Formats: sequence, C-alpha cells, structure tokens
Amino acid sequence: MTIRVGEAAEAPSFQKAAFKLLDDAQLRKNVRHATDVITGKRAIVVKEQQDWQQLRATASAIKQHTLAHLDEYLLQFEAACTADGGHVHWASDADEANRIIVDLVKQYSGKEVIKVKTMTSDEIGLNKAFEANGIHPHETDLADMIVQLGHDKPSHIVVPALHKNRQQVREIFMEAMGLAELSDKPEDLTNAARRYLRDKFLNVNIGFSGANYLLADTGGVCVVESEGNGRMCVTLPEVLITLAGIEKVIPSFRDLEVFLQLLPRSATGERMNPYNSLWTGIGKGNGPQHFHVVLLDNGRTRILADPEARQTLHCIRCGACLNTCPVYRQTGGHAYGSIYAGPIGAILTPQLFDMQHSQSLPYASSLCGACYEVCPVKINIPEVLIHLRGRVVREQQSGANIEALGMKAMARIFSSSRSFEAAQRLGHIGQWPFVSEGWVKHLPGMLGNWTAVRDMRPLPKQSFRSWWREHEKAKKENADA
Amino acid sequence: MPEAANAREAILNRIRTANNAAKATAHAAEYQAIERSYQQTTNLDRETTLQRFKDHLHEYDAHIFEAAPDTIATTIAEVLKSLNQKSAIVADNFPVEALPAGFSWRRESESTTEQLDTAEGGISACEVAIAHTGTIILRGSRKMTLLPDRFLCVVHENQIVDTVPEAMARLEQYKTEPLTFVSGPSATADIEMTRIRGVHGPRFLDVIVVRN
Repeated sequence: MTIRVGEAAEAPSFQKAAFKLLDDAQLRKNVRHATDVITGKRAIVVKEQQDWQQLRATASAIKQHTLAHLDEYLLQFEAACTADGGHVHWASDADEANRIIVDLVKQYSGKEVIKVKTMTSDEIGLNKAFEANGIHPHETDLADMIVQLGHDKPSHIVVPALHKNRQQVREIFMEAMGLAELSDKPEDLTNAARRYLRDKFLNVNIGFSGANYLLADTGGVCVVESEGNGRMCVTLPEVLITLAGIEKVIPSFRDLEVFLQLLPRSATGERMNPYNSLWTGIGKGNGPQHFHVVLLDNGRTRILADPEARQTLHCIRCGACLNTCPVYRQTGGHAYGSIYAGPIGAILTPQLFDMQHSQSLPYASSLCGACYEVCPVKINIPEVLIHLRGRVVREQQSGANIEALGMKAMARIFSSSRSFEAAQRLGHIGQWPFVSEGWVKHLPGMLGNWTAVRDMRPLPKQSFRSWWREHEKAKKENADA
Repeated sequence: MPEAANAREAILNRIRTANNAAKATAHAAEYQAIERSYQQTTNLDRETTLQRFKDHLHEYDAHIFEAAPDTIATTIAEVLKSLNQKSAIVADNFPVEALPAGFSWRRESESTTEQLDTAEGGISACEVAIAHTGTIILRGSRKMTLLPDRFLCVVHENQIVDTVPEAMARLEQYKTEPLTFVSGPSATADIEMTRIRGVHGPRFLDVIVVRN
C-alpha cells in the first residue's frame, strides 16, 4: 500500500517553507484579509445560534459512534446505495482509487470530466492520473478553477485560492481563457467563469464529485456548495462518480440536522450555504443514469487504530481552524506542503502517512488552542498535536541519527553524578575555543541551533556540587580544629 | 472484480482490528442513546417565524412577495411583468390554476436541456422551508431550478417551519428522493471574500409567500 497525500511526501519541512513564504508580503496580505473576513462572519452567526455547544456535542458524539461501528455503517451504506442502482467500489490507497476512477471513465468512453470541488481528489492526485490517461478534468468550483488554470496548489480547504487577489485572478483568466480584455472586478471575473464553464456543464458526459456526507440509512450522498457548479455536475451528466473517504459516512438522514447547522456557519459564516444536493443511487430523479461511489481508505484506518488521534477523522472540512490559527494566518496554506493545511492538516497529513512523512507539521503550532475552540465537531487538535510530537520523537529515537545518538549518550551521562561531573570537567576544558568575552556565541554542528538565536554562559571553572563538597569539607575541618 | 473485493475485505478488516477494543456494544441502542439537547422545535409564534423566513431570505439577496391563496396567479403575473419576463419553465407538479394567462409556459418534462439553458426562468413550488436558515427545500425539479437565470418559488405558509430539525422531520418520508436545499441565489466569495451573486446557478431568486 502506498499512501499519497497530494505531493506532501516530497514537500520541504514546514519551517523551511514558511520561512520563505513569510517574505511574500502580497500573499500575507491576501491571507490576512480573507481569514479576517471569514472569522468575523463566523463569529456573528455562531453567536446567534444559541444551541451551538449542544450541536457540537451531538456532532462529536455521532462521529465517535460512527467510527466505533464504521464497518457496519459502510456496509449499510453500500447495501442501500446498491439497492437504488448505485455501484460501490472500495480503494485501499490513492493508486487503487485512481485506477478505479480512470477505468470507469474509460468504460463510459469519456474524454472529459466535470469536477465539483473535492479535497479528496487532490489527496489522491486524481487530475494527474486523468491527464496521464488522456482524460481532461475541468475543475468547476471558481477557486479550484483559479488554482487549476494558474497551475497552482490549493492553500485552504474551503477557499483554495484565498492566497490570490483579484488582479492575480484576472491575469490567470485572461491567459487561460484567451481573453483580450477583462476587468479585475470580482463580478466580471465570476461572469467570465460562468461563460467559460456553461458549455462544459451542458456537454460533458461524466461528472465527478466528492461527498460531504454519505448517509448509511438511505445510501444517499450529500454535497454542500455555493455556486451551483456542484448541482450542475451531479445532475446534468449521464454518469456520476463520487469519491469519499470512509470517514464521511454518518448513520442517518436525520443527522444532517446537526451537521447542516454546524458546517456552513463554521466554513463561510453563513446561516446556510446556497445549495445542498442530496441524492440516492439513480432512477428517482432526472439525474445521472449511472452512479458510482468510490470509498477511500488511503491511511484512514491507521488513524482509526490510534485511540488518542482517531478524533482526527471527525473532521467535516469546514476550515474554521485554518482561519483562526495564528500560524496559518501568517504563512498561508502552502507552507504545510499538503493539500490539508492549517491545524487540521498538521495532524491529518502526517497521520495519513503513518508519520513517515510530514513530521515537521505537528510542530507548526503554538498550541494556543484556538483551533479546538472553533472546531464544530470538537476535535482537540492541540492534544493530538502533542501526541503526534511524541510519536515523532519516539520514531527519531529508534533511528540511528546523530540527534538520537546524542540524546542517548546524554541520557547515560545524566544518569550518574560521577559521569555528569566528569562531563562537566571535560566541557570546561573543551569549550575554550568557543568562549569570547565571557560568552559562548557560536557552537559547531547541531549545537549551533541553540546558539543561533541565543548566547550562553560558558561552563564555570567549578560546578556548584564540587564547590559545595569543598565548602562542607572546609567547614568540617574548621569545626574539628 | 476480484481486486475490488479484496480491497473491500482488507479495509473492513483494518477497521475491525482498529476497533477491537471499542466493540461489543449494540450499535442501534448506542445510536439511540446519543444526546440531542440542541433545539428541536421552535419557540417562536407563527408571525415571527414568517418574518424571520422573509428576513433571512432577504439577506441572501432574494426578493420576497406575498400572495393570498386566490391571488397566486396574479402575483406571479406581476412579478414576471416587473422583470419583463414573458415565459418560464414550470415544474410538472405545479398547479395549472396558479399560472396566469398571457405568458408562455413549458413543463419541465417537456423541455430539453437546451431549452432549460435558454429559458427566461423557472417556476416551482417547494416541499418545506426553514425560517432559521432562510432555506427552501425542493423535491425533484433539479435542472429547471438550476439552468435558467431566474428561479421563482411559491412557498405556502404551512410549509414554513422555523428550525432545521422540524424540516428534517417533515422530509423523513422523502429522504431517498433527490432533494435540493436552496438558500438564496447561487453565490461565491472565492475572490477576496467578496460575495458575488450567480456563478453557475440562477442569479435571481424570487419567492412568493402564500398566506393562508
């Protein structure tokens, strides 16, 4: 099994990427503006929802319950969806999901696919797989379109192009759509997207979507969106393929009364987003005549196996933790190297990889707790971050790297007072090349990380313990004399 | 597809292994026991609920009109005239007596996708509406309420509930049908968080509330 999370496995560490991005004043301005607007709107509509805490508690309980019986609920979903004419496929990892989806498109002789915004398809790298097979995917969400046409990467779960301002969007559209003239007014840019995509909606025969919720009791799917591109993709084509992580299933239709109150207020600061589409299999409406659901694992069952971190799978992808995070608000999403950015990305991405990649992400946080406070499904992100830091350290300790060896040696030295004092004496002798004017300002090698941002005092000629021994000895001798 | 069958078993096995400790409880009973202390039913009177529905829709840039049961047709005529609209696609189950004379109507099932795309507007009723969120819920009629640039929806007073749970309870019997929740015209805030009306769906949402 090979787990892929976009291109996160090859990404530089968060600290390295962030260092560079912090220099991009335009990006920081764009991110600050967007996150300020959403957090402001969210605060108003959350305050007005007087049973917010009760909704959060129920949502968390539903998710916890569903995960504890995930096998049963997935099977129930599969049975109900199949009974209504849908087909359910299971994929252990990204490659398997891509293979299933590409084969389906080929089976229906598709050359183009219209796509509704789905982070999961970015996770598995579906567009690349499509292109490698001569299939052209059209992203239809405005922000996803900006990202796709600009050969860029998403930087936010809900508003993937929030790092771009109107002038930048204008340039991308003019070039990709071959327009000679276009203003930078958001109305005009939006209209350009409408004209560009309408023809695709009417003529492309295969639609592709993610899922906000899979309903176990009905076998239904719920897609939450704003623009109407989602409705186009799930109703107009003859064939519809839906990709969903296995954690997206909820027990029943009724549970939507909880999640549909939490998600829009958290995600975009609206009482309700413009459109929610619900459908079950095929046949009961004038929609697609062929419907396939691909259920994706890609590392999720590993997260499930960690009792302290499985709450990560409660996530409903609202993005509230990104908008409120003091770290994300400075760096934007690209620093995280993963399509899942911000606090939730910092815990989700490394776990999907079973901590084999993205180990710097659990450190991309000040542990201030703002993410936990806004999370509509009560994921205790700081707790999981600390837990994952522990896993990173344990992983590193088991390896043979210099830091791990150094720490092991240190542990031995610190375990006996004799070796500790011997080390102090050695240190006192060994430090002389680095002492200048009574300070140690530069240390060599890895120790340099410490002195890069602070000076330290050299080891004294005599340690306190040795002075104390002498002092006590002298006192005793004086008393004896 | 033997491979697919393998992935299915493998995923289910991994889930069962991961859940080993948590098992043993009967899932139906456990689900029933989930505490739902959030607000289920409204504490507002009828008038306040209706006002809230109109206010919230208005905030989404929808236009609200009122009619009595016997003035639906004349109200539709007034709305369309004010917009210079001469025709519309009409939902199959929309009562013919509610359609005013002097306009050209076409039923949704008799319309091609191309006709829907070029239509001046669409007219339908709804199943339930939610005041708390300013939402209209449609059964079926998915394309005709999406492709034309204008969508006019006739909402009867007794279809309007206040809370989301009240609406979901009414929808329970239709839960396997295609349902669409509409809260205002199509919109986006993807460019600099500026709310723009009408990206791909109807740019205009008009709602006629019929008082009993």
